[in-house]
Amino acid sequence: MDLLNLNIKKIHQGLVNKEFSDLELTNAYFDKIEKEDKDIHSFLSIYKEQAIAKSKKVDDKISKGENISLLEGVPVSIKDIILVKGMKCTAASKILENYIAPYNATCINKLEKEGVIILGKTNLDEFAMGSSTENSAFGPTKNPIDLTRVPGGSSGGSAASVTASLSAFSLGTDTGGSIRQPASLCGIVGLKPTYGRVSRYGVMAYGSSLDQVGTLTKTVEDTRIVFNAIKGVDPLDSTSIDRKDLDQAYNIKDLVIGIPREYFIEGVDPKVALLVKQAIKKYEDMGASVEEVSLPHTKYAIPAYYIISASEASTNLARFDGVKYGFSKGDNLKDLYFQSKGAGFGKEVRRRIMLGTYALSSGYYDAYYLKAQKVRMLIEKDFKEAFKKVDVIVSPTCPTPAFKIGEKTQDPVQMYLSDIFTVSVNLANLCGISVPCGTVEVDSVNLPVGLQLIGKPFEESKIMYMAEIMEK
Amino acid sequence: MINKEEVKHIADLARLGLTEKELESMQKNFSSILDYVETLKEVDVSSIEKSFSERGARNIIREDIAVKTPKEERDRLIGMFPETKDNYLKTKKIL
Repeated sequence: MDLLNLNIKKIHQGLVNKEFSDLELTNAYFDKIEKEDKDIHSFLSIYKEQAIAKSKKVDDKISKGENISLLEGVPVSIKDIILVKGMKCTAASKILENYIAPYNATCINKLEKEGVIILGKTNLDEFAMGSSTENSAFGPTKNPIDLTRVPGGSSGGSAASVTASLSAFSLGTDTGGSIRQPASLCGIVGLKPTYGRVSRYGVMAYGSSLDQVGTLTKTVEDTRIVFNAIKGVDPLDSTSIDRKDLDQAYNIKDLVIGIPREYFIEGVDPKVALLVKQAIKKYEDMGASVEEVSLPHTKYAIPAYYIISASEASTNLARFDGVKYGFSKGDNLKDLYFQSKGAGFGKEVRRRIMLGTYALSSGYYDAYYLKAQKVRMLIEKDFKEAFKKVDVIVSPTCPTPAFKIGEKTQDPVQMYLSDIFTVSVNLANLCGISVPCGTVEVDSVNLPVGLQLIGKPFEESKIMYMAEIMEK
Repeated sequence: MINKEEVKHIADLARLGLTEKELESMQKNFSSILDYVETLKEVDVSSIEKSFSERGARNIIREDIAVKTPKEERDRLIGMFPETKDNYLKTKKIL
């Protein structure tokens, strides 16, 4: 039996029916990591001893005939910006190279209560700032489907680890597309829940009004299982929200799909556009209605996103000043600030701190930050208007399939445009999922393409229903 | 194009130490990013009276009660400080 290609339910059945032990399963993952991750570089750290000890405990429970939860014994990876007690948490930054998390993030507490086995922490763009995982201070992750290409980002290590079967699923974070875009480029399922659905406690902040924890999984069924395990209100995150799910059965024939006029624009790979149109046709053939909608402020989503996220980042990252956390350089207080930050942060992080500081500085606040906030509201209004007519909005997740390593590193603006379809979802407080909808052949490699389904706030169950149809 | 002094000023505000060479490349990159975000200037936002969200966000408040941190967790946190003295965080002299 191929232990590494099982979904969560199959793992559970296999363990309960004693077709394999959890130790065998966990070891199979570590063997594959040892063999393949030299080339892929999806992990920044591995915790084999702890994982093996935990998996033996799961086996003990099973042999004693005790019940185990659906997620118990499932080997997982965690983006290295989410705190797991006792494990390093670097945010792929030199400034936190030796930082060890003193406590668990709430989403980790929830997963550990279910009994998952954490194999290690995955690579990302430094502090989640990037769309290719090339901004990691510890070297890029490569796309397992084609090692000359990027896995997307910033949760690129998480996506690559799931695609290459180096973990059964992964947790990531999404501020402007950082779960959905790598899921699209790596051919897996990525869910960004509605803001507030999953606690951000214990997750390093990048853009606090946009950040959300979500899932990278092989199937939509797995997405649902993991999302149900990690969601919920948390007293330690005052922005988390208590909300019951829409607990209803959907019928595709009752649903209306919105196609944004502004989303099939120049710059979208024609092959990608074609696959998305075929996907829409599939829904239509099954009885869904299709309506064109307009999101007139689409063009301004990326600049508004960069100003807001960079402004929030420049204040959030001010805490890494050489005083409290490991990395420290300089003889007097002023030098300490300048030298620790200058040497500790990478290029892109410095650029965004600069942009944010500029946008918030005296004389520029109204023109940049306040303006961007107002544009954000216009974008939110566009969606509100569109959702009066439709249930879900469909788009490509990313304008292109995975690009070459190094292709966009010289031009930050080109890199930013990779997020053109995903950032609005964060800005407008919506939920979104990327699900594979086909492949395009580039240089004789079949590269995956993701379909993005956007839902109203708290309608994750509806977009997961639609994504599951696409999967079949 | 933003000039070098302005870039230097922003870096100072951010307490970001940049070398001469880094300042130059930052000036170039930063200018192209600023040109790009300038497009926001053309948006008519007169229909928006207040900023931020329409979501009806409200403050979530709680009692300000000190919760004891377990010793193990406290020790881990203190262990991460670059410099300590008697379990306090030690910083550089200010004056």
